[in-house]
Amino acid sequence: MTIPLRDIGRALPPNRRGVIPALVAWWGPRPFVQLAVILLVLGGLWLLGQNIAVALAQAGISPGFAFLSSAANFQIGESPIPFAAGDTYLRAIGVGVINTLRVALAGCVLTAFLGGALGVLGLMGNPLLTWLVRVYVEVIRNTPLLLQLFFWIALARNLPGPKQAIHAGGIWLTNRGIHVPAPVLENGWLWLLVSAAVIAGTILARRTGYRRSAWLLSALLVVGIFWQAGLRFDIPTLQGFNIRGGLSLSPEYAALLVALVVKFSAAIAEIVRAGILSVPEGQREAARALGLSDWQIMRLVVLPQALRVIVPLTTSVFLDLAKDSSLAVAIGYPDLVSILNTTANTTGHAIETVLIMAGTFLTLNLAVSALMNRYNRRVALRGEGRK
Amino acid sequence: MTIHDPQYQRLTRLTSLWGSLIGGPVNTGMTLIGVLVLALVLPPLLHWAVTDAVLSGTQTDCRAAAGACWAFLRAKARFILFAFYSADQLWRPALVIALLLGLMTISALPRFWGKGLITAWPLTLAAAWGLMAGGGPLPRVSLNDWGGLPVTLLVWATCMAFSLPAAVLLALARASRMAGLRLLAVSYIEVMRAIPMVAILYFAMLILPMALPTGMVLDKLIRATIMVALFWTAYLAEVVRGGLQTVGLGQAEAAQSLGLGYWRCVQLVVLPQALRQVIPGLVNLAVGFLLATSLLAVIGAFDLLNTAKAATSDREWLGFYDEAYVFAAAIYFLLCLGGSRYSRWLEGRMYVAAR
Repeated sequence: MTIPLRDIGRALPPNRRGVIPALVAWWGPRPFVQLAVILLVLGGLWLLGQNIAVALAQAGISPGFAFLSSAANFQIGESPIPFAAGDTYLRAIGVGVINTLRVALAGCVLTAFLGGALGVLGLMGNPLLTWLVRVYVEVIRNTPLLLQLFFWIALARNLPGPKQAIHAGGIWLTNRGIHVPAPVLENGWLWLLVSAAVIAGTILARRTGYRRSAWLLSALLVVGIFWQAGLRFDIPTLQGFNIRGGLSLSPEYAALLVALVVKFSAAIAEIVRAGILSVPEGQREAARALGLSDWQIMRLVVLPQALRVIVPLTTSVFLDLAKDSSLAVAIGYPDLVSILNTTANTTGHAIETVLIMAGTFLTLNLAVSALMNRYNRRVALRGEGRK
Repeated sequence: MTIHDPQYQRLTRLTSLWGSLIGGPVNTGMTLIGVLVLALVLPPLLHWAVTDAVLSGTQTDCRAAAGACWAFLRAKARFILFAFYSADQLWRPALVIALLLGLMTISALPRFWGKGLITAWPLTLAAAWGLMAGGGPLPRVSLNDWGGLPVTLLVWATCMAFSLPAAVLLALARASRMAGLRLLAVSYIEVMRAIPMVAILYFAMLILPMALPTGMVLDKLIRATIMVALFWTAYLAEVVRGGLQTVGLGQAEAAQSLGLGYWRCVQLVVLPQALRQVIPGLVNLAVGFLLATSLLAVIGAFDLLNTAKAATSDREWLGFYDEAYVFAAAIYFLLCLGGSRYSRWLEGRMYVAAR
């Protein structure tokens, strides 16, 4: 809302056209006071900047991003792209970005599934399950994420060694990490073909009316490719003193992922619950009166309306998850914030690293918001004149 | 037995509970899953916490047992709650905890809402900081020795006391017709909300000391408090803005036609209605902030979480992290459960009032 100011009567009549009057109208009342406030803020920032410049000059550090191309003399615990001490800071920061994305993306997907399942389970009408979900949500929501993270990392590091590892169904829990089966295609590039089939199926389903056939076709294609290429699962096994094969996750990555998923799935469960409860009971009754089955009522009547509540709130949960992945620094997982902190400590370029951090997270935020807004537009209430 | 008979009603409730537990194959299956989860979780938990637990003794007694080592908490609870604060002065942090919890309770009761609170907050906070630091007849205690629950509560309360008024101003700026102020407010809020809190704490650690005028030195805890207060302001401002949007334009116009100026209009007409709408939201945010104070542990400040963590690295009691974290978690849990229950109660109360 706009709180009218004393001089509301002086607002420009809408029939006066032109760039300058429009600008003046946009800038609003008390133009010079506003300018003075902005100058005051900028002046304050400049003063702080001056202090920083003096402190940097005393420390013998010249500001700028040139340090990015010099050699970083630290090791990184885990890195999806090759990195050795002596590589550039830029590459180290790249490793940090990839590590952050790796944990944030996996976290968002798993959180959505677990949170959605918990939210629905709590509403199935079974008192025991409802109570269990409530206990889970209350305990998780009312204790700090960092405390939970400390708990998970302590747990992960105190698991038994590979020889006495806890294992079931090809999943091994050891103090050196978590090992899970990984799907392997003999030819790496076949993954491209699989993704192409899925994307084509999605587009076909969107553009043509035959949604079910399009999905079926792409599913058949994917199965066919797997059949032809010989998909197999690389199942980790104990060989000597170590576990080989499969996908291995470091204790830090596993602890961070579990902590984020557990914490934020409680939030998603609450959102899903609120969303489904926000659909009036009358809607369900009307649908039942029309003779729809329970599943049809859920899919055709309840979910489309519930998603309008769920999607925007879920967006902010995902953004929180991405930001809170920076708690990695507390357990030694080399995410972006952790590597930038090391960089700042070794080079003294604290300002530049904070700028990089802010820039990266701003970009990430805007990207996630944009993606989720696109999806939100699909589920939101359609206004007049839109199909 | 009529349908109004309490005995009949109890009976129908029992049958409906029974029916919802085992009525139909799906429900029976779900109940079985629930029972299975309980059977998997509860017995080991009970064994750990009660039957196999060691209540008193030393580290060696604990290592011999399979259960929890509550003896560890007996020995270390003082450290977890108060850190290195000198033993003969413990009444001071204890009094600070009582003062701040009392302040929270009073602020929560609608009957005390009013001008009194606006003076009570700064006074209580000043008293709390003074009590912790000492001076005059009280021996001084260095900031390095502060820690545990009083630090968590003190940082939280101080930041809230600064952030809420600042957030109201920021939200007003964002809603104003003056584009320059709007731009400033929007960029501040959006940048702050995009950055993780850990980054803000690093800013407090690495950059803020350089930005201060030469010769001015602030302790790590103070610097972190300043930055966190600035950080939370952005989040609170968004909630307050939501409240401003619920106040109809007609309200401000009516106030204006009565001859009220901008500030009188905001103070007497807009804010009372706007803030009342968002109090539950503000309380939820405040609960989240209390949990977020635990991030101070990342920069090595001794808040409740960090003292719990540090207690596990005592050479006499090495590695009893489960017990330490359960203790800290229980404190956070009680405080936050109280907060979220209160916010739900308030919402229900407002809903009734609105009808």
